[in-house]
Amino acid sequence: MDSERWMLSVVGDGFRMMDAVNRAMDSVSRGQWILSNGCCQSGSLDFERRMLVDTAWKELTNVLSGLFCASLNFIDSTNTVTPTASFKPLGIINEMDHKFLRYAALPREIVCTENLTPWKKLLPCGSKAGLAVLLKAERLFHTSYHSQAVHVRPVCRNELCTNTSWELTQSLSVVFDLYSSGSGKREWSLFKMFSRTLTEVCPLASQSTIYVDITDKDKVNDTYELIPPAPVVLNTTVHGKWRSYAVYNLLNPQLYSASSHSLNIALKWKLSKPLVTPEVPVFYAERYVSGFGLQSGKINTLIYNNHPCRAFPVLLMEIVPWYLRLYVHTLTITAKGKENKPSYIHYQPAKDRECPHLLEMLIQLPAKSVTKIGIEFERALLKWTEYPPDPNHGFYVSSSVLSALVPSSVNMEINSTKLSPLSTKLFPTIDSSIYFVRLYTEALLVNLPTPDFSMPYNVICLTCTVVAVGYGSFYNLLTRTFQIVEPSGGVAKRIANMIRRLRGVPPI
Amino acid sequence: MKLLLHCSIECFQFRCSTVQVCTSRFWFNYRHVANTLSIYRSVKRLGIPDSHIVLMLADDMACNPRNPKPATIFSHKNMELNVYGDNVEVDYRGYEVTVESFLRVLTGRLPQSTPRSKRLLSDDRSNILIYMTGHGGNGFLKFQDSEEITNVELADAFEQMWQKRRRPLPRVDGVVVHQPDLAIGVHLMDRYTYYLLEFLEDIHPASQINMNDLFRVCPPSQCVSTPGHRTDLFQRNPKSVLITDFFGSVRKVEITNHIIQLTANDTETETR
Repeated sequence: MDSERWMLSVVGDGFRMMDAVNRAMDSVSRGQWILSNGCCQSGSLDFERRMLVDTAWKELTNVLSGLFCASLNFIDSTNTVTPTASFKPLGIINEMDHKFLRYAALPREIVCTENLTPWKKLLPCGSKAGLAVLLKAERLFHTSYHSQAVHVRPVCRNELCTNTSWELTQSLSVVFDLYSSGSGKREWSLFKMFSRTLTEVCPLASQSTIYVDITDKDKVNDTYELIPPAPVVLNTTVHGKWRSYAVYNLLNPQLYSASSHSLNIALKWKLSKPLVTPEVPVFYAERYVSGFGLQSGKINTLIYNNHPCRAFPVLLMEIVPWYLRLYVHTLTITAKGKENKPSYIHYQPAKDRECPHLLEMLIQLPAKSVTKIGIEFERALLKWTEYPPDPNHGFYVSSSVLSALVPSSVNMEINSTKLSPLSTKLFPTIDSSIYFVRLYTEALLVNLPTPDFSMPYNVICLTCTVVAVGYGSFYNLLTRTFQIVEPSGGVAKRIANMIRRLRGVPPI
Repeated sequence: MKLLLHCSIECFQFRCSTVQVCTSRFWFNYRHVANTLSIYRSVKRLGIPDSHIVLMLADDMACNPRNPKPATIFSHKNMELNVYGDNVEVDYRGYEVTVESFLRVLTGRLPQSTPRSKRLLSDDRSNILIYMTGHGGNGFLKFQDSEEITNVELADAFEQMWQKRRRPLPRVDGVVVHQPDLAIGVHLMDRYTYYLLEFLEDIHPASQINMNDLFRVCPPSQCVSTPGHRTDLFQRNPKSVLITDFFGSVRKVEITNHIIQLTANDTETETR
């Protein structure tokens, strides 16, 4: 689940260090939920197995919606697809048939404290000890970017893999913009970001570490100061580049200050340095809707390859809801002014109210280029009961998924020493020459032609008024009679009439 | 429109469930979410656990882009008390809050795959507090600007609950506004809930305050509208019913000197 409001090309690549699997980019300041599940069942018939998978998918979404306080129960066949090539199972799994894979996204969902609370409760020490002490909602949601993820996969318990168990990985990515929201100085500390410091490590943790990226700090001129000083420095390759990290092992009691038994890591710049634009990443993408009016439009995706010399393929998966009717014959892919044909296309058209469009393509991106993909669509008119309570807000199109093996810009050798499970997860080194990236583009907001919902009320009011006035006048005309009334006399006559009425005698 | 109904109960209870609904959408209805969360906070403070609370919020105010202080909702303009807190669990949110889902929660007619946190886990020995806030009028309450629930439908739901031996205590808050706030730009609270919250903040789990005091919370001089209550269907004297019977939950703790033997787990533990 992610929520963010910034442009990747401006901010740079730094945030991708933590989790290379689920990244969300440039959104329209709305969050979205992404759920994917590969499931294998044993059974004799293919159809039976798929029915079992669908039932299991429904149950999974309901259980997760209760667990994470989100409306995941809205996931049904109208927003679930079966991707063919974009996802491969993680962990030890025998089944590779893509027919049992399900993927769904809910672009309208928001991320807030009620989702963070059960996420924190899954941690062994909760938010009472360890790093999770820092995770307070008021600070975490006052940020430019927030992303939470939970991954479950089967792993081997021993070297021979005779037993497997489930590995649960929880990740939280947050981007603080301290420069614009804080004092304007280019320094940060744990206390400034989270308004609290670390006190004790979780007793159930076998490893608890903080990594501070000190790669592009000017070490030669010694213009920055890390407090407390880095006990260990780790040099490793991440996404094709060498990076240096200061490693703080929180299990070491000497790190904590003797007086308050707390740890606050801070980085201060000694001289005021002008702001440097962060480097643009090698691979990123944007998506937007063009066109005007409420009948048709066009979805445009721009994919950037900033590698100086190498071209690489990217697998693009687009899921478009059924009420935007795509015209696949208008699909155009251009790079460097020429048409760029994809080497693999899988298209599953939508069925009204049943399933969405699924378009998967394998596109080769030339070096130092922008590939532009455009497809036109027409907006459908929904039935009046299908509109949400706020239809004028618009309808969301979930983000498209780009998966690529990006070549590194520099040649390097991997360090062959065995690293701990935590650092292999943070700095996966499959191969030194390429690294895997999965990008999610923005969710799009599209307006559908919306009826005026106050019209039934207006019609009833007007009709009833016309009928009442018309019938009332007609009825009066037919049944009203006029009687002549004598003008009343003076005061004396009135008093005399009153006395006569009291006596029971008819008045004058 | 404010409505309070009692149904009969047979013996003194200590287990409570509560359903709290905010039925309004859009940023200018911030105060309705603040109302609901204030009551949520009070009942949690008085002992009802999250598993027995069904909280329904029709829109997100805390993480709304218009909120100058994200992940916070304030009910008073001094902004001291963040009623959203750090430990909130919203069971139904956004488009899920509809008349149908609300009535299904009350009557228990939910699909089989509904998780436990979205069900009202009550039986014939529990009291149920129902709190609804939103826009409404004489005999109806508006849900999310697109549908209404009428008093007849509510009464039918209570009848079904009574048949199924659940005991509801509903409270409905109307729309009279109380406190605007200039920083956030919208009204923060409604009058009735403001005085109700003030009243509840003074109550602790062992309090002996009874229902009659609750009925006197909002006199017409302070609340501009007229809160009403009915006691003809309630078979007990309101003076003898404690507030904490419905708003709180006291769990009995028994101290024992016996040693309980725990058997060891058979599965092997994983070593790193």
